[in-house]
Amino acid sequence: MSGVLVPATLAEAVSALAADPAATLLAGGTDVMVETNFGHRRPERVIALRGVPELRQWHHDRDQNTVRIGAGVPWAQMEQGELAALVPALAQAARTVGSPQIRAAGTLGGNLGTSSPAGDGLPVLWALDATVELVSAAGVRRVSAHEFTTGVKRNALRPGELIAAVEIPVVTGWQAYAKVGPRNAMVISVVSACLVLDRPAGTVRLALGAVGPTVIRCRDTEQWLAGQLDLRTATTVPADVANETARRVSAEARPIDDHRSTADYRRHAVGVLGRRLLERAITS
Amino acid sequence: MNPEIYTLRINGTSREVRDAWIGESLLYVLRERLGLPGAKGACEQGECGSCTVLMDGDAVCACLVLAASAVGAEIVTVEGLGATADTVTDVQYAMVQAGAVQCGFCTPGLVVAIHHLLDTNPEPSDLEIREALSGNLCRCTGYGRIFDAVSDVAARRREEARR
Repeated sequence: MSGVLVPATLAEAVSALAADPAATLLAGGTDVMVETNFGHRRPERVIALRGVPELRQWHHDRDQNTVRIGAGVPWAQMEQGELAALVPALAQAARTVGSPQIRAAGTLGGNLGTSSPAGDGLPVLWALDATVELVSAAGVRRVSAHEFTTGVKRNALRPGELIAAVEIPVVTGWQAYAKVGPRNAMVISVVSACLVLDRPAGTVRLALGAVGPTVIRCRDTEQWLAGQLDLRTATTVPADVANETARRVSAEARPIDDHRSTADYRRHAVGVLGRRLLERAITS
Repeated sequence: MNPEIYTLRINGTSREVRDAWIGESLLYVLRERLGLPGAKGACEQGECGSCTVLMDGDAVCACLVLAASAVGAEIVTVEGLGATADTVTDVQYAMVQAGAVQCGFCTPGLVVAIHHLLDTNPEPSDLEIREALSGNLCRCTGYGRIFDAVSDVAARRREEARR
């Protein structure tokens, strides 16, 4: 193979990748093209996935009560409508990605493929215990979101595999995504967080973005909260619980200093986000 | 597919691209190979919107489209929005009238984004206008006159539809 291949089916894409596992996979282009334009990447063989219809579909499985979102579904499609009603936190995250132009092109699969610590979709997938569906010539492999990213821009994809879809459980209860950045549009997260309140189960789940090499699930804070509040019925958060939540969330973060912010600010801000999301969740 | 030759659909016509490197962006190919300099290149990373074009009906940054992957897509650039040598589009006219053009570098991208907005949402609220244009940076105008121009076009089109 040489040049750019634009397969028309998933089977074609998979067999092209099997024949050339080192080829660059191109989804919306919003990451790969930046690196290419700046000379950090020099693709020689590209498999462009934009023409694969199977990757651009989503559906709600009512029996399993899960939503399966094709890896090539652009952010713009998650922002509103039926999909947004099923996974509101993902819709919120989608609305914070880049600009309308970026959201028309960028995809959830691309977010996973890039595995940036600041990827806006990732904390949502971690908080909702999503499953990533990988396809290769050998068949389908399903990996928990928690095991998918393994480090900064590193993930569990094996040679010859591509990300086909993400399966997200539909949860009854309040959920939201929040992020901090220097302005309201066109911003890469300085810190982000997704909180899911599962009322029937009486649990809360909190995932943090951009404060560690991968998304961080605040398991300790989650457990502690379940002991402080009856999460099935609580409608208020006592001030001491709210403040202790912020402290615990900050303690679970593992931020670094970089060109976007400092570790100190990130640790503080992510605690504020955690507390704020909890208060909104409980009082909504 | 032969990487040396591919064909793009641009402004309703088929354009052949020859001897291109496969990593070239659509923006580069439009400007440097096909003689369509309307889309501007500034940030090359999707932040400024000055290279906004329509691709299968979506407004996207041409700098983030791998040109050779756009085979089969209908691409519309600012040159293809309907202006001729003697006429401008209603959006371009309103931008000039409102004083929304200063240095002019961001203008073509904004014109494409505004056409896209008003073609998909003929009566946008102020918030929807701001949101739709949040990916187009202008360092001269402060945006007020650009938003005025959008409202002007929306009002004018409504009036024309009533006639």
